Amino acid sequence: MVMVWAAVAAINAAPTAQHWAYQKPQRPALPHIDSNWPRNAIDQFVLAKLRAKKLQPSPEARPGQLLRRVHLDLIGLPPSPAVLEAFLKNPSAKAYEKIVDRLLKNPQYGERWARPWLDLARYADSNGYQADQLRDSWAYRDWVIDAFNKGMPFNQFVIEQIAGDLLPKATAAQRIATGFHRTPTCNVEAGVHPEENRFNQVVDRVNTTGTVFLGTTLECAQCHDHKYDPIAMKEYYSLFAFFNNTPLEVKQLGKGVTWDFYGPTMELPIDAARAAKLKKLNAQMDAAQTKVKALRKDLAEEPNPPKNIAAILRKSNWSKKEKATLEKHFKIKYPILKKEELKVLALAKQINTLKPPTTLVMMEREKPRKTHVMRRGSYLSPGNAVASETPTALHPFKKNWPRNRLGLANWLVDADNPLVARVTVNRWWAEIMGRGLVATQEDFGKQSKPPTHPKLLDWLAVEFMERDWSMKHIHKLIVMSATYRQSSRVTPALLAADAANKFYARAARLRMSAEMVRDNALAISGLLSTKMHGPPIYPPQPGNIWRHVGRNGPKFNVATDENRFRRGVYVVWRRGAPYASFVNFDAPDRGTCVVQRPRTNTPLQALTLMNDEAYVEMALAFAGRVLAETKAGPEAKIEFAFKAALSRSPRPAELKFVKSLLLKRHAYFEKNTKAATEIIGNVKGWKAPKGLDTGELAAWFFIANILLNLDETITKQ
Amino acid sequence: MNPLRQYYLTETRREFLKSAGAGIGAMALASVLKGEPRAHFKPRAKHVIYIHLVGAPSQLELFDAKPELVKRNGQKCPDHMFKGKQLAFIREHPVLLGTRFKFQKHGQSGLELSEQLPQLGGVADELCLVKSLTTDHFNHAPAQLFQHTGFERFGRPGIGSWVSYGLGSENRDLPGYVVFITGNVAGAGNSLWGSGFLPTLHQGIEFRSSGEPVLFLSNPKGVSGKDRREIVDGINFLNRQSLADVGDPEIATRIAQYELAFRMQTSVPELMDTSKESKATHALYGTQPGKASFANNCLLARRLVERGVRFVQLFDQGWDHHSGVFTNIPKKAKQIDQPVAALIKDLKQRGLLDETLIVLGGEFGRTPMLQGKSNAGAGNNVGRDHHKEGFTMMLAGGGVKGGFEFGATDELGYQPARDPVHLHDLNATILHLLGLNHEQLTYKYQGRDFRLTDVAGHVIDRILA
Repeated sequence: MVMVWAAVAAINAAPTAQHWAYQKPQRPALPHIDSNWPRNAIDQFVLAKLRAKKLQPSPEARPGQLLRRVHLDLIGLPPSPAVLEAFLKNPSAKAYEKIVDRLLKNPQYGERWARPWLDLARYADSNGYQADQLRDSWAYRDWVIDAFNKGMPFNQFVIEQIAGDLLPKATAAQRIATGFHRTPTCNVEAGVHPEENRFNQVVDRVNTTGTVFLGTTLECAQCHDHKYDPIAMKEYYSLFAFFNNTPLEVKQLGKGVTWDFYGPTMELPIDAARAAKLKKLNAQMDAAQTKVKALRKDLAEEPNPPKNIAAILRKSNWSKKEKATLEKHFKIKYPILKKEELKVLALAKQINTLKPPTTLVMMEREKPRKTHVMRRGSYLSPGNAVASETPTALHPFKKNWPRNRLGLANWLVDADNPLVARVTVNRWWAEIMGRGLVATQEDFGKQSKPPTHPKLLDWLAVEFMERDWSMKHIHKLIVMSATYRQSSRVTPALLAADAANKFYARAARLRMSAEMVRDNALAISGLLSTKMHGPPIYPPQPGNIWRHVGRNGPKFNVATDENRFRRGVYVVWRRGAPYASFVNFDAPDRGTCVVQRPRTNTPLQALTLMNDEAYVEMALAFAGRVLAETKAGPEAKIEFAFKAALSRSPRPAELKFVKSLLLKRHAYFEKNTKAATEIIGNVKGWKAPKGLDTGELAAWFFIANILLNLDETITKQ
Repeated sequence: MNPLRQYYLTETRREFLKSAGAGIGAMALASVLKGEPRAHFKPRAKHVIYIHLVGAPSQLELFDAKPELVKRNGQKCPDHMFKGKQLAFIREHPVLLGTRFKFQKHGQSGLELSEQLPQLGGVADELCLVKSLTTDHFNHAPAQLFQHTGFERFGRPGIGSWVSYGLGSENRDLPGYVVFITGNVAGAGNSLWGSGFLPTLHQGIEFRSSGEPVLFLSNPKGVSGKDRREIVDGINFLNRQSLADVGDPEIATRIAQYELAFRMQTSVPELMDTSKESKATHALYGTQPGKASFANNCLLARRLVERGVRFVQLFDQGWDHHSGVFTNIPKKAKQIDQPVAALIKDLKQRGLLDETLIVLGGEFGRTPMLQGKSNAGAGNNVGRDHHKEGFTMMLAGGGVKGGFEFGATDELGYQPARDPVHLHDLNATILHLLGLNHEQLTYKYQGRDFRLTDVAGHVIDRILA
């Protein structure tokens, strides 16, 4: 025991400045490399390391594969067969760059890159915990998508999310951005203590800020000084103080122990016509209500009311029952009141449909709250008071910054912050290349894995900051590199030398994320709707998954319109029961900040892709698409289907196999039309156009089901 | 945990597979997950059946007889039970509420149980009651998370996932961690059996009692088993072409998973079909083939344990008796008494009780004070509030003493008076019985070695057989 404590003490005593991640990155010189392989700076660093490890880069990927890869990485959707044909005719370096530039401008870029950010932001559409009711903050999700699409500099992206509301003359969009920290879970079950909720939410904001922008686990210091990293318990609560001025986020319903999720919201901007109409209705409403009030006043002065009414009127407090009696009396006696009240109701209904939607935002209390060190991390045990401060081991907090969230935001994206740029480029690198330069993406502290390519990491971090914190610039650099363009083939020699591909002697081969698996299959099937923005969508999932303890449970009503086929980033995220097929592909519950999703390979994934109603209708639609878009014989159809699903032609053995299966099945279904109709007739989301040969469609359903299930289909390679 | 083992089990699976040779990835992986004995020391139990009574049952009506409380029924509770205490619902100084049920001694051990649990009385000599439990939370969802994951907020793995991570599964065709639910899902939702930061491989898989037993298990209408076989053959033929060309061992794993999925389409319905169980067995549990119930889930739990599944969890909803405790407890107790007793008898006669640990209890207990107006002793609508100090959990089998009780509450059943046990201690003990040291079963995440028991937990040595 003594030894252990001695070791801990030694770690704590070690000068923290020596840990590489706490030193400001400097742009390193490019290694001198005698080779024409590098296409940009990334490759010079990578090749230098490969040579040191006695490894060679792999040859460039086939054009079709590269095209598919860069589409999936930048917009999360595969290239269409037409785009593929055009590129295959002219797969030049110039044509590739043009495609990259086009994809970076595509609005689907923001949707694809919002997904990992929303994991960090623990964005969800429900409160979590008991009841797990829905909340509206999808405008924040849309803000993230738009910010990425517009190429908002990352430093501004951070400032607006942490403190958009505190910016001078904050715009609506800047306030919506603060939804980033209105995402924590909130328990509203009967009997909760509101202060505990509030404390937990602030804790979540501090911890998430540490993970997302500093790559540092702060939460240890909630209860004691951090054992490994230079964060004292006092410093934890000094950071806490920046976030401690927000109002309570649960509201008591009545006098009982029942609570509701609450806190600052804002109305979303609406267009002028709608606003005008709403204004008019509101004016009418005011008038109608005034009239009702006046009428009631008159009626209350009724000269000779019946006895029972008079008795009630004499009382100062009316019970529910008494109120009902009064209402009844008034309405029978004075039909004009009823008419006017109905008018109010009708107006209220109209106003409700036109009322702007709302979203959750951050807001400061006028009177700041005092912050204390909380002993043992408990909200019930305040210790010494602390002021808003940033940890002393990191860069200084400038004098001219305000001591509030805005000042903190400035501190986070200050050029002197050694962590934020490194942590950010490392996550993007990992998302594209399959592994972070620092493998422990969530932790850059002393317990982290040292970077495999420290100079490349620093070069990228400095490049990022100096190029106006441009995410698109870094993404373009990565996908333009020769490192990125390599083949992903895993040869026995490569497997023996570097199985984890730490040194990038080949491109990554990665199973897609849950959302991308679905988006990709929707695109292949031709069903995908590219409609953007708005309230969450409800694509098909089995019944009875939303059945949680708690009041007024929301219902999962499966969409029957285009919302059935929109991208995964819009799918409703209920924390207690996220979308079932996403769960099977490693989607988290979003109850807390997630930096890196696991990538498993399970039989449940196979069952999902084969049998989930959503994927079954995609398979049938894909079959229909093949028949509609290619009129030539089976070989041409198979060629088209492979290109749509995999961006390549079938290998000879594959063509032979698929053709023989197709013909066999076609013959079978021609004879057994009932079997064919049963398969086709049971699909809800896609209806075959008239005149399609049912036998052929059913046979193609088999092939489509197979193609949508291939390892290659759900893999970026 | 040994970093080498973590390395095997998680991110560097590929590196491990390399040494086994590409192409047999899945089998190599399976052997890591099952073959290698991975307990820290010799286990006493190989399986756990964890029965969570969602909402938290009253220990005072089921397990913890308090004659003094009955005597003082209707009196104002002593100050220390109310003043300065945080309670979920009670806001005014409450009165004491004694139980209206009788308690009886059972078996050779003379273990005392409520008259509401007569069948469990019949197996009293197998039961181990821990009667002095405390937890840190008194709201349902945080308490449920705390009980299962050792932490009151989201993000950490549940005990079943920890066990799956530590020991793997013995059955290649079934998940290592299976969940059954009667009624609605507990307030904390699916996160109770989620894998948190552990690989999702270790998450609990819900076997549903209505609709498909496992989500997406059944073929779409019109697609027969033979059709499916042809489709799986097609998928794997094409996957093998890719494997030959691309060489990624993940493809080999994928091929194996499609085969496993196909086998599950048979093995899971076969497991869920209890029609071949004997009449005597059905009579013992009070089950009918094809009829969903808590009892049926108990029978299925035995079938899973027989097949080597590591951790089975049953959730049963409806135990939150803020009111009507004396009318609701008999109803709910009747639903669990016979099947849980049957499960114990059935496991015993099959020689499985020694290696199967049964755990039963809620996320906290109930107050000895009445919640609501002071009509104790009178109306039927009286109930008890949430209580985090001094509740009971029941254990049986798998290396714990039978006919044994550990710890005791004070004379009013309010706080532990002897041998207090914290939930972390119970979790440490469950892991210990499985051969796992709770301080060594760790997973490195965000630069920290996480444990189920956080930085606490002591094995309760004196309940070990």
